[in-house]
Amino acid sequence: MSDASLTPRSIPDRLHSPAARLLASWELLLLVVAVAIFIANTLASPYFLNAWNLSDATFNFTEKAMIAFAMALLIIAGEIDLSVAAIIALASTAMGAAASVGVGTPGLVAIGLATGLTCGAFNGVLVTRMGLPSIVVTIGTMSLFRGISFIVLGDGAYRDYPSDFAYFGQGYVFWVISFEFVLFALLAGIYYVLLHRTNFGRTVYAIGNNHTAAQFSGIRVARVKFILFLLTGLMSGVAAICLTSRLGSTRPSIGTGWELEVVTMVVLGGVSILGGAGSIPGVVIAAFVMGLVTFGLGLLNVPGIVMSIFIGLMLIGVIALPRLWKMWRA
Amino acid sequence: MKLTRRLFGGAAMATALMAGSMAHADDPVRIALVVKALGIGFFEAAAKGAEEAAAELGNVEVIYTGPTTTTAEGQIEVINALIAQQVDAIAISSNDTDALVPALKKAMQRGITVISWDSGVAPEGRELHLNPSSNPLIGNMILKLAADELPEGGKVALLSATTTSTNQNIWIEEMTKVLGDYKGIEVVGTVYGDDLADKSYREATGLMQTYPDLDAIIAPTSVGIVAAARAVEDAGKVGEVNVTGLGLPSEMAGAIESGASKSFAIWNPIDLGYSATMLAYQLATDAAEAAPGAEIPMGRMGTLTLDENTEGAMADPFVYDETNIDDFKDIF
Repeated sequence: MSDASLTPRSIPDRLHSPAARLLASWELLLLVVAVAIFIANTLASPYFLNAWNLSDATFNFTEKAMIAFAMALLIIAGEIDLSVAAIIALASTAMGAAASVGVGTPGLVAIGLATGLTCGAFNGVLVTRMGLPSIVVTIGTMSLFRGISFIVLGDGAYRDYPSDFAYFGQGYVFWVISFEFVLFALLAGIYYVLLHRTNFGRTVYAIGNNHTAAQFSGIRVARVKFILFLLTGLMSGVAAICLTSRLGSTRPSIGTGWELEVVTMVVLGGVSILGGAGSIPGVVIAAFVMGLVTFGLGLLNVPGIVMSIFIGLMLIGVIALPRLWKMWRA
Repeated sequence: MKLTRRLFGGAAMATALMAGSMAHADDPVRIALVVKALGIGFFEAAAKGAEEAAAELGNVEVIYTGPTTTTAEGQIEVINALIAQQVDAIAISSNDTDALVPALKKAMQRGITVISWDSGVAPEGRELHLNPSSNPLIGNMILKLAADELPEGGKVALLSATTTSTNQNIWIEEMTKVLGDYKGIEVVGTVYGDDLADKSYREATGLMQTYPDLDAIIAPTSVGIVAAARAVEDAGKVGEVNVTGLGLPSEMAGAIESGASKSFAIWNPIDLGYSATMLAYQLATDAAEAAPGAEIPMGRMGTLTLDENTEGAMADPFVYDETNIDDFKDIF
């Protein structure tokens, strides 16, 4: 707006400048929190500010964040997938079964991704074709997918992974920069472009804001939602590859409880649980915040339950603060 | 995001050099006692034993820690935080035999002594494993406790922890091996309470409904046995169904008093935490080396002899009944 070349008559396409919007944004507040946590951690523990330690700490959130990106889009579109952790279990079990009969690393990756896609498609069909509510469908498939893992494995474990398969979860691209972290950054970029720079991204917001209006605007709502379920399944498959590689083994209890941590990450990132609002940068910062808090409190040997309480309070704060702010202003 | 990244990269690199000089020669030996999950009576007792060993040894600091839920992923986060703190030793009761191996290997590569106790880790992920007792003795003991009350034979059912609990599965396997030694004892089924009080209670109630002529429930888990005893009391089947297995005296005192449980067994977790700390200290200070056949002293508990898998058994399980429960219920 401050551009001198603009004529006085021109109509601004934005009400506020990007800088002003940034200042009032959720992402900035979250970033301030992240930096504050970082500084607090540095002061609290002499072991925090160490390249290898920070590198180890990234493993606390990279796999969950990969799913969180796709989950953010899904939640913005007004749907949810609670079966993601169960998809990890099933994809990991499928890879383990394949590895035990001698399938090589490329084959294992393909199987992991294919299992994720298949599970995502199954969820997608139930929600978009049969018109069932996604929360109910995915609570069902959560038990179904993990149940299959339990039937296949029982109390056994698959551990015959080829040695080069360990690279995905334990390998380093350069110095302390792990493969998982690079993949996390790459996926963050891809999902940023997808949500904020493409027509597809705009339709996701449109659907989340007003399902019916989107339908009447010519958006193929069911197809977009189906693609989002596919993406979430696919990302669960990617996370399954990374986690399985990091653990070097598969048990049916793998990734238990991760669905809630992924949703927490998304909501903490400023994505509205009611749909229609949110951003990828927010989710990225939320991933860092959760990772830093877990690692920092871990360094101080704070019991895990205190960490859960801390994350819970942060989440409530995150949701309540903007409301309180509006009430106070009104 | 950008700022965070820059801090991650720049500042971290600058101070990376500092970290090397963090450990000083006369710092205490820091031993981390990592448990399956915090807030479990058994592990709190083990922590007491670890403190006792630390007091006896002098220059030792015990870090008692663990995840909130009994998951391998949670323990890996704890292990990473301990590696970052450059502790001298990690003594862990694991949630998963295999999944912890890469994380513990990394700890060993960075010069940390790693031993497992109670619930073991695969040999490549630790230097030695301390078994509280030997699995065949435990398997035999839980069945013997049930059979002793059933001279005419009878039907028994198992209430275990989770389907993937390493310990419970081995004990049940060992128990099955000696089943032939106890005439007339029939194992009618196995259910899983996931080491959750409410689920164990429901499963125990379900057992009594499915098998109305059930004579005993064997629960080789401290959570399950308490829940099963309460289920028997609530069903009014005290005297008909005897609950036995492995439990904590403090939690089982009521069940012994009511008669829902005639007797149960457990090793002493205080001794276990004490021995694990002693062993970790011996290895961390290079006073002993973990190798097959090695005999490592563990203070008042004598010596641990390692087998070809570098595993050793601490002691025989101990039986608690109405004659001795009062002496132990206040201890753990």
